[in-house]
Amino acid sequence: MILPLNGLFVLEFCQYLAGPYAGLRLADLGARVVKIERPGLGDGCRQLAIKGLFTDGDSLTFHAINRNKQSVTANLKDPADLERIRRLIAKADVMTHSFRPGVMETIGLDYGAVRELNPGIIYATVTGYGKKGPWSGRPGQDLLAQSLSGLAWLSGDAGQPPVPFGLAIADILAGEHLVQGILAALLQRGKTGQGATVEVSLLESILDFQFEVLTTYFNDGGQPPRRADCRNAHAYLAAPYGIYATRDGWIALAMGKIASLAEWTGCPTLLPYASDNEETFTHRDEIKGILQEHLLTQDTAHWLQCLEPRGYWCSDVLRYAQLMNHDAYKALGMDQLVHRRNGMSIRTLRCPIRIDGQRIYSTIAAPELGNANELLDGGL
Amino acid sequence: MKPLEGYLIVDFSQFLSAPSASLRLADLGARVIKVERPGCGDICRELYVSNVVLDGDSTVFHAINRNKESLAADLKQPADRELLRGLLAQADVVLHNFRPGVMERLGFDYEEVRKFNPSVVYGVVSGYGPDGPWRDKPGQDLLVQALSGLTWLSGNSGDGPVPMGLAVADILTGQQLAQGIQACLIRRSLTGQGGLVEVSMLEAILAFQFEVLTCYFQDGNEEPHRTRYNNAHAYLGAPYGIYATANSYLAMAMGSVLKLAVLIDCAPLLEFKDPASWFDCREEIKSILARHLKTRTTAEWMNILEPADIWCAEVLDWQSLFAHEGYKVLEMEQTVRRGSGFEYRTTACPIRINGERPRATCGSPSLGEHTHSIRTEFLL
Repeated sequence: MILPLNGLFVLEFCQYLAGPYAGLRLADLGARVVKIERPGLGDGCRQLAIKGLFTDGDSLTFHAINRNKQSVTANLKDPADLERIRRLIAKADVMTHSFRPGVMETIGLDYGAVRELNPGIIYATVTGYGKKGPWSGRPGQDLLAQSLSGLAWLSGDAGQPPVPFGLAIADILAGEHLVQGILAALLQRGKTGQGATVEVSLLESILDFQFEVLTTYFNDGGQPPRRADCRNAHAYLAAPYGIYATRDGWIALAMGKIASLAEWTGCPTLLPYASDNEETFTHRDEIKGILQEHLLTQDTAHWLQCLEPRGYWCSDVLRYAQLMNHDAYKALGMDQLVHRRNGMSIRTLRCPIRIDGQRIYSTIAAPELGNANELLDGGL
Repeated sequence: MKPLEGYLIVDFSQFLSAPSASLRLADLGARVIKVERPGCGDICRELYVSNVVLDGDSTVFHAINRNKESLAADLKQPADRELLRGLLAQADVVLHNFRPGVMERLGFDYEEVRKFNPSVVYGVVSGYGPDGPWRDKPGQDLLVQALSGLTWLSGNSGDGPVPMGLAVADILTGQQLAQGIQACLIRRSLTGQGGLVEVSMLEAILAFQFEVLTCYFQDGNEEPHRTRYNNAHAYLGAPYGIYATANSYLAMAMGSVLKLAVLIDCAPLLEFKDPASWFDCREEIKSILARHLKTRTTAEWMNILEPADIWCAEVLDWQSLFAHEGYKVLEMEQTVRRGSGFEYRTTACPIRINGERPRATCGSPSLGEHTHSIRTEFLL
């Protein structure tokens, strides 16, 4: 298989997650991605540890996000360094940055200046909240973008405070959207020869993520989302949608007929609610309460046996160890080892996309700071 | 001009995962033709959230399928199969999310289609990958969340599994699919070669957890621990979380606990001098902070913290978000019109190209709305 982005040259002026995540995907799909980092410190993510974990001088997070890339160091405020970077930019297909609005203008690497060096370049930026407006100067950070976007009112139960998504969903989606914009602009360049700018922000990406429920909100007279009283899994879906406690664990129940659930789990108390669809919305909390009480009387395996063979959409609820030991996980071939030249190795995940029936693996670990500085002297 | 103008996508997929990919490609300028079963069409047309029905279809269908056309065709009828073959011969991209084996039986799988359209880029979404013991399980978002370990990351430690309250596996799968398709189109533009792109919901939701799974692989396989209260990320130290204030809530991202202690005048926090303690003693720090933040309003805290560049934000609901200038300046909404004349408001593409957001004017199609015009245009 020829990796689809083979031959593409990308310069990454981004730090932390959103922009570098886009760089990771481009690298996995075959592009050569070079990080431009500050001498001494580099990408701030090198020191931003999750769970306090570091390997070979860099945080594990940095390792996860930046595998399969190279690094050069440059002080963009130093004219000689800047000139070297300008020479690299002249050869690049794509550059990405995540500086706050105005910073690249001060440095002299805004799109106007870069386009003079390289008219075909795709110039892609990720910000927190867009380039205009009262929030444009705010820190573009995932939890803050989640909190401003209304997202925190969709998870957890009705009586709970706002519950954020426990992973950096705004960063990840902004990274995905950045990749999509870049690839679309490259396709257009292939036809017209013209470069382009691509802009995404954490806030716009996390709003787009809510597009289904926002479309509902825009057209239902603006009724606020209401999380279920118990076992909420989606504020806009009817009973039984949710994860329920059983005698020995948990079971996830997706959308389905209450009549079937009542019959197959032996719960006649649910029958009064089984007559029509409307009931499952209007009596969502009562139905969920009854079902929860009933499901506590038997083990997860028992309920799965009642429901799964009959085609009800349900599943066990696994923790990492249970998943990793399951043949279904092993069949994916989802993890891989990456290595540095000094022998350090780390287990991490591969790209989730398969091309031409093949998984995409790469053994190259995240770069030591400045590991490709020879590129600055003209070598490519 | 939109960047993907001129590309033709024939989309057999239903619900959300793959249709969210074709939505993005449509946003960016591609022409998307949905192929739907006569009679009922995409099941998503009847997947109601709340009780709102707009112009005969569910609100989520309208959100996911704006800017697409609909061709009613029965894959089992010889005449319709002939028509589809003619259309597929002219397609740049074909998408489906049937369960493994179904499209092979219907005779329009990649191997068959490439026989008469060798440069086609063919995208497939599955629930759990093309092989393995879960291959035939329903690829439904909540079930994939439950099986992937994701539900132990949000909410607090006493909550049990807490799913993310939107279809995050579907959406992330769609993002990966869109990128894989675009990357293969780029390769095709250079080599003439078609390609197969496969993404499963399980692989996409695992890739979403890549940072924390990389920790899990390295830290001796410890399951994630959420904090008792105010959890926003199981792997981050204090103060990361959402806190109640005297009148509402405040989101606090990562930052120095000592700097925070001084700014908010909270002496007990000064004990935590070692930055490593911000992770190790996060339960204690969070509970001190939670008590202290209740003493003033969100606005009072923001006035103290924001000028000091502490990463924090208000926690808004949609109503207050939409009233805010920070939202209005994005111009993220658009009104689209169906063939029937019915108009509805929805979100727009989150990506800007050359400073402009690509917009759509067409709403979702009614079932088979374009069958006749497509037959005429493509001489089928």
